[in-house]
Order: sequence, then C-alpha cells, then structure tokens
Amino acid sequence: MTFHPFDFDGQTLQARASGALFWPERRWLIVADLHLGKSERMARRGGALLPPYETLETLDRLQAEIAATDPAVVVSLGDGFDDDAAGRALPDDVCDRLRAMAQGRRWIWVSGNHDPGAICQRLPGDTAAELRDGLTLRHEAGQGPDVSGHYHPCIRLAGQRRRCFLAGRDHLILPAFGAYTGGLEVTDRALAVLVPQGLAIACGARALPVPVGMRRRA
Amino acid sequence: MTLPPAFQDWFTRQGWQPHPHQLALLEARTDSLLIAPTGGGKTLAGFLPSLVDLTTPHKGMHTLYVSPLKALTADIARNLSRPVADLGLDIRIEDRTGDTRASQRARQRMDPPDILLTTPESLALMLSYEQAPAIFGGLRRVVLDELHALAENKRGDQLMLALSRLRALAPDLQVTGLSATVEDPSRLARFMGGATVIHADPGPDPDIAMLATAKAPPWAGAGGHYAVPDVLEAVAQATTTIIFINTRAQAELFFQALWAANDANLPIGLHHGSLSREARARTEGAMAAGELRAVVATGSLDLGIDWGAVDLVIQVGAPRNVKRLVQRIGRANHRYNAPSRARIVPANRFEVIECVAALQAVRERDLDGDDRGPGPLDVLCQHILLTACAGPFDADALFAEVRTAGPYRDLARADFDDCVAFAATGGYALRAYDRWQRLMERDGLWRLRDPRAARNLRMNIGTIVEAEMLKVRYRGRGGAPLGEVEEGFAATLAPGDTFLIGGQTVRYDTLREMVVEVTKQPSKEPRIATFSGMKLATSTQLSHRVLALIGNPAAHAGLPPDTRDWLALQAQVSTLPRPGTLLTEAFPHQGRWHLAVYGFAGRNALQTLGLLMTRLMEEAGLAPLGFLATDYALLIWSLDPVTDPAPLLDRDGLREGLGDWLASNAVMKRSFRNVATIAGLIQRNLPGARKSGRQATFSSDILYDTLRKYDPDHLMLRITAAEASRGLVDFGRIEEMLDRTDRLDHRMLQRVSPLAAPLMLELGRVPIAGQGRERMAEAEAAAMMAEAGLS
Repeated sequence: MTFHPFDFDGQTLQARASGALFWPERRWLIVADLHLGKSERMARRGGALLPPYETLETLDRLQAEIAATDPAVVVSLGDGFDDDAAGRALPDDVCDRLRAMAQGRRWIWVSGNHDPGAICQRLPGDTAAELRDGLTLRHEAGQGPDVSGHYHPCIRLAGQRRRCFLAGRDHLILPAFGAYTGGLEVTDRALAVLVPQGLAIACGARALPVPVGMRRRA
Repeated sequence: MTLPPAFQDWFTRQGWQPHPHQLALLEARTDSLLIAPTGGGKTLAGFLPSLVDLTTPHKGMHTLYVSPLKALTADIARNLSRPVADLGLDIRIEDRTGDTRASQRARQRMDPPDILLTTPESLALMLSYEQAPAIFGGLRRVVLDELHALAENKRGDQLMLALSRLRALAPDLQVTGLSATVEDPSRLARFMGGATVIHADPGPDPDIAMLATAKAPPWAGAGGHYAVPDVLEAVAQATTTIIFINTRAQAELFFQALWAANDANLPIGLHHGSLSREARARTEGAMAAGELRAVVATGSLDLGIDWGAVDLVIQVGAPRNVKRLVQRIGRANHRYNAPSRARIVPANRFEVIECVAALQAVRERDLDGDDRGPGPLDVLCQHILLTACAGPFDADALFAEVRTAGPYRDLARADFDDCVAFAATGGYALRAYDRWQRLMERDGLWRLRDPRAARNLRMNIGTIVEAEMLKVRYRGRGGAPLGEVEEGFAATLAPGDTFLIGGQTVRYDTLREMVVEVTKQPSKEPRIATFSGMKLATSTQLSHRVLALIGNPAAHAGLPPDTRDWLALQAQVSTLPRPGTLLTEAFPHQGRWHLAVYGFAGRNALQTLGLLMTRLMEEAGLAPLGFLATDYALLIWSLDPVTDPAPLLDRDGLREGLGDWLASNAVMKRSFRNVATIAGLIQRNLPGARKSGRQATFSSDILYDTLRKYDPDHLMLRITAAEASRGLVDFGRIEEMLDRTDRLDHRMLQRVSPLAAPLMLELGRVPIAGQGRERMAEAEAAAMMAEAGLS
C-alpha cells in the first residue's frame, strides 16, 4: 500500500510510503525535516560543493504528495530549512514553486533547531513554535503524546536501510522528508528511550509496518 | 659518473663486486628504469649515484626516495646509514611519513635533509605547501621504489602527477625507477614519463612446481586444507618459508589448520592487513630475527623488507595472475644467482588446471598485465585542488605540466578543463555556487577563494579509500571488542550466520548502534569465510591459457590423472569449452533449472554478467532465483529453463543493462563513493565522526542517485562509468569474452555435467534483487507482525 493507516493519540492517521503523514479527518499533510538549502549552506561554510539538486528533489516529492492528498493544511514540522540563511537564500524559482503549492491551502512552518528564526518574506505561510489542535505537533519530542521529527528514524529490513515512522504510546516520530538527510536507527538509544515499544512503518515503494522493541515469541 | 676509488674500496671490503646494473645506473645521463629481481642490490643501485654526487657538498634536498610502504622507508634509512658511515660521508638522511612527528615535519619544511625518504601521500602533502618551491627547488634525483606495485593503482597516478610538479620545480631532475620483473618494461617506462630501461641479470630460472600432496584436492572450496600435512612437511625441510594465501579470511583459517596439525611445534606466524599494526610488526620482527620457520601471509607481504633466510615460497590457492606469482616466487632466496624455490597448492580441481597453466606461463616467462588505461580524472581533480593549496596557478601551464606525467600524456584539454571546473564550482549544469566557489580566477590565475579551505583539502589527500568499518563485539553489556568488519559484509549477514574473526568463530546476532553484536560459537564451522568484498580476478591472459588447456585434449597429458578423467567425462557427457566457442549448459537439478555459462572472464566480470543476464531473464519471464560466479563460470538457477541463451548474451542488451539497471547497483555506488572521495566531492569521514550515530550524516548513495537524475553528464558520473569497465564491475572483460566468441554452443542436458558439478558446491550465492527484494521485505515484515501477534 502507498500508506499504512494507524491510530495515535485518538486520531486515525496515514503513514505514507513517501515519508509524509496524512490526517484524513482534517486533511492535514505533515512533513518533517525538509532541510531545504542544505547544499548551499555547506558550500557557504567552505565545505564540499554537493550536487545542488536536493531542494528540487525534495520539492518534486512534496508536490506529488500534495497532488495525491489535496490537503487543506500543509505543516513543515521543523528544520524546513537547513538554517535561517538557507531559507533566505532560496532561489526565486523555488519560492515561486512553494507559493504555487500553497495556493488555496494553509501552510505552517513549525520552527526547528536548524531554523529557529522568522521565515523569509518571499515564502508562503505562517510560522509557529508548536501546534496544539487535536494533536500536538512540534519539532522535537517533548511531553507526550506528540507528533515530531528531528531524529530522522530509519530501520533495517531485508538488508536495506529504509526511512521510517516510529509510533509508540507517547510519541509519533516522522522520518526526514528532505533528500540530503541521513538516518538514526530505531534501535539507537536516543530513539529507544522515546519509543521503547511500538511500530515502525518503513518508507519506500510501499509502507511496511514492523514491530519494534517487542520481545519475540519463542 | 664513474665509481670513485673510495667506493670501489668499500665494495671490496664487503667482499662484493658492483653489479653491472649498478654501474650502468651510475653512468646514466637520462631518466632510467631498472628491472631487477629481489636480492639484486636494487636499492643500493638506486642510491649509489646520489651517494657519489654527495661527496661534494650540496645545499638543500638532493635526493627524494618514494616507496609504497612506510615500513620500507625506515628500513632503507637503516641500510643506507652503513655505507654512509663507512665512507665518512656528511649526509643527513631522514624519513617522512604519516607517522612522522609534527615538529620533525615542520623542521623538514624549513631545513630539508640531503636525502628524504617518503610515501606518495606524504609527497603530495609536501607539494601542497606554499614552501614547496623552496623545499624541492634544488632537487637533483628522485628514486621511485617498487614502481611495478605503485603503477597498478591510483597511488601511482598520484605519484606521477607529483613527479610532474617536481620536474617543473627542479628542471634538472634525474629520475630512477626500481621495479621487480614486469611483463612490459617499456609500458612502465612510459608510465614514468619516459625512461631508459636497464635490465639486471634476471638470475637462474626458478625451481617451481606443484606441491606433491598425499590427498587429491577437493571438488570445490578455496581453503586448501587437504594439503596441511604436506605443507608442514615442506616447512620442516626448509629453513624459512612464506606461505601466501589469497584472502585474509582464508589465511586465518589456514593458520588455524596448520597449528592444529603442528605436532612438531614449528614456530609459524601470521601476517595480514586486518591484523593490528603491532601484531604485524611483531611477526615482521620475529621473521627478521630468524625466530620463525614460516609465516602465513596475504598480499601484505608481497612487498617489503627482504628476509635473506627465506628459501621456500608456498602459494596456496590459484595464483590468479602470473606476474604476481613470479614476484612472490622472487621473495624466496635473496642470494643472487641461486634459483628461487616455490611450490603451489591448488585449492580445488578447477584450480589444478589454473596452476598447471600458470606454471607453463612462468617457464615461458610469459607474464600478464591488463592495461589500466589513461590516468583517472578523480586523481587529477585532487591534484588540481592541492596545487591551488600551494599557490595560484595558470591553467595553461598546469595543463602542459600534467601532460608530462606518463598516465596523463594524452589528456584532452576538455577533460582537464572539466576537472578545473569541478574543482572551482562543482561543475554542475545548474550553476548554484557562483558565490561560494572553491577556486576562483583572478588576474589569469586560479586560486583558493578562501585560503582556510586548504586545511580541509590536505586532510583529504590520498587515493586509498577505506571501506566503512563496523566494530564487532560480544553481545551483552561491556562485551569485549573483537575487531572490525566492512559495513558491506555486515549488511550481508542474517542472524545465526557464523563467521571467523581474530581466530574465533562467532554467530551474528544483531547490529546495534553501528556495532555488530555476536555470540561465541566455538563448536561450529564458520559458514562464511570471507569478509572482504574485493577479490582479485584471474587475469585475462591466464584465463585464456586455462581455456586453451581445457579445450585441447592432447594437452591433458600434463594434468594429474583425476583431473584428466574428470575432463574426459565432461567431453563424453557434454563437451569441453574451447577457445572461440562459448559453451553454455542447461540442466534440471532439485526442481530448478540451471544455466552454466563457461565465460572464463574472471569473477568480477562474471558476477556483473550474472546481474545483467538475470535481468534479461526476468524480462523474458524465466523467473531467475539467483546466481553465483567463479573465475571461470557463471551459474544461474531459475524456475523455467533457458533454451536459447543468445538473446541473453546480446551485446546491445547487456550494454543497455549496464547503462540503466546496473547503474543503480551497489557495486556502482561503491565505485562512485571512491571516485567522489578522491576527487574531493565528499570528505573522508574523520575518525570517530560517524561512530557517534548522529542523524546528520547521509550516504553517498543519495548523491549518486541525485546526480543520475538531475545531472547525468556530470564529471563524477563519467569517471564512475569509466571505472566500471574495469575493477569490480569489469564490463571490459565481458566485451572481451564476446569478442573472442565466434559461436555459442548450448547443450540441453538431463542432469548436472561434470564441469558444472563443482559449481553447485561453491559459496557466494547472490539472490536476485528488484521485485523479489520488495516481496522479501514484505514477507519479513508480515512474519514479524505475526510473531508479535499484531497481524
């Protein structure tokens, strides 16, 4: 399936194979850790000159998700930009595309640790530190239950590393949606503390649910 | 230059006569390449002109010596100190490697020694300093040791680029290359940028044969353990023996097997690249002190310090390459003018044939060697960036300079300009970095935009890209660390798999926080014996010899009787593969159809052919399930039979597969990672940076996929594609196989043929990826859900 339905904090949600979260009742599309402008930031800081296509790639995928779900609200759940300056330095055509995607819907940029500041004037939508409206949405998991990003969870399945959602009793953690992002294994201590037991939903060609932290039956 | 009386006296006092090639080098007025067997006084020959020259005072660095091994530089410094002291020469000799203290390095920059001994990487680093013209401006001589080994990989290309820089800084430079026996000395001379070849007396023919064993070799496998009693017997009769084994894992296993049967308690040591530096140094020390009767080694001992006492070399497993075999044989008996003694031990019946063919080639002095093609552009990218670290450069002048380096003599200006563009802006179709470019052109000269970038660039020097390693430790809190394995190897493990590390058999349990957790499993045989992805493939020339030998029944008289009978049965049941014909066999076995392709193209090429052919089979609906490749044959199993292999071996179809499907293969991604690291697109991971498990780092695979999608003509992808014709992908040898095939001979058989039977026993099966992988993941996820009671 292109998505896996599941319940969290009293709501029925869809973990999409792309890594986006869809909330059908409200028609909210939530994506975490886009890290737009990452290659520009690395070059600016004197690092490697990476292929400057990750923003295009991320926007292509986001546009496809918006076309598929036609959301009323799009939420970028923090670290939408690799830093505040990267947000300001986005080329005009990228800003135009974002504005076109936001046409006819609400767009909310939740701030993250990479992009704590105000968004650039050329971009659509509003900013918020966190959202509490049926679900609690924030960049970094806090007092649960909440929906967050930040950790870029991933899981090994049949010898392959795949980005994944991680859903437990207190926290739902989204995979990174941005193209140039690494991952943290769900078994890593930082994640195991937040979700000692629950469900990982692997992204890829299809959304595959996998239990985590369960003791296997003998 | 002639030998001064003081030097002549010194030789006489040692009871020596100068070798003719030592005198020839002394008289040489041009760049020279000396081809000499080990023990021929090669190193002294290289330094003699410098020592004679240095009897009159010289200001600054006079001679630069470059060796592929750090250990050699220290050894040479010791060896040179004796004649220098005896002759009362006032010469300062120092080495400089990655191990040299920072204070010493800083002093060497200000006040260079007369003779500096170093490695290609340290030389590249020194040339990136602003002081490079002052350090090297007065240089008179360069000695390149073990040039045959350096010329086989990118370290040699980097060294030749450094040499082009040195020649520009010191136009009077005279260069001497030192090499073991190679197949084509004039090619090596061209690699140096042109040199007069001087041949030392090659000495008597080696005494080389198969080791007589009590038991016949097994049908399959690579261990050679059947020969352990015979090897021990040979070790007991010799003074000192080096036992060469092809892979590290097999060396560990063979070492274990030797000790299990070593009733006489012969002191036998172990030496391979996965052992710690201390462990290797201990073995080398014991060897030098004459405390060991034998050492089990891998390619880690192909080069290095001469041990005079070694009088026997045993090669376990097929040599894969005649030139390497000859060089290994040369490690035995360094007394000049006495024959080297060597014995080879085939690991299985197929290898018997390869060993017989290799022995013929050695006797005929017919060495092999595959041309590496023109100098790779990733190394040039690094060179351009390092040149900019030393100071602003003019592109036209640098282009002319680079073309004096042998591997780059035919470099096209367009390729050079692409490399400069890559170094400056990344060279992307989308010009995103005009503000942040790494190099910028001002007043006609290219320079670093931000001079502070030099530090990062210098940290990325070198052309050896280590695989990502994962620590292995016992499961449970505070589990003891056992060693490291390649991440690629760890990815192939399933829970329950057993493998060998540090002489222990362990069971793989899980991967946790980038650590492989294992449990002790002393009773079990390790199921997986290799932990290195790269295996040396049998050379083209040796493969041809093997095919010619198999295909000519008249020549079978030279084979052992059981091998002869085996081939005779094959001729009866099916047919023998022979030059000009590509034999394929289809037969059912255990409910599956099998297709054997006797390609004789080396394991890397046949592995690639397996990936490409199974893709075509999937398209044709034949339901391929998996394959395995050896150096000689490819075996594919499927639900439906292949009745006509011609469409699966169609050159255009295979090429197309290489272009789109194989391009997303892990092997290509690994090649890309190497290229991108050398060229400076991605930084080498600093020690410890990745182990912290931070989510910020991401895989180079993502860069590869992004480039393929948005910038398919980018320089890095072009270099990666060029690499794919050789090395791990080795598509060039698939083309070579098709070129020498006049016709296909396809046999439909009732059962496994004698030639295919050993293939059924080989390890290293590759399951088909693609839709199958997705179905496997689904099944695994569903099973885990069911187990947890969640379905």
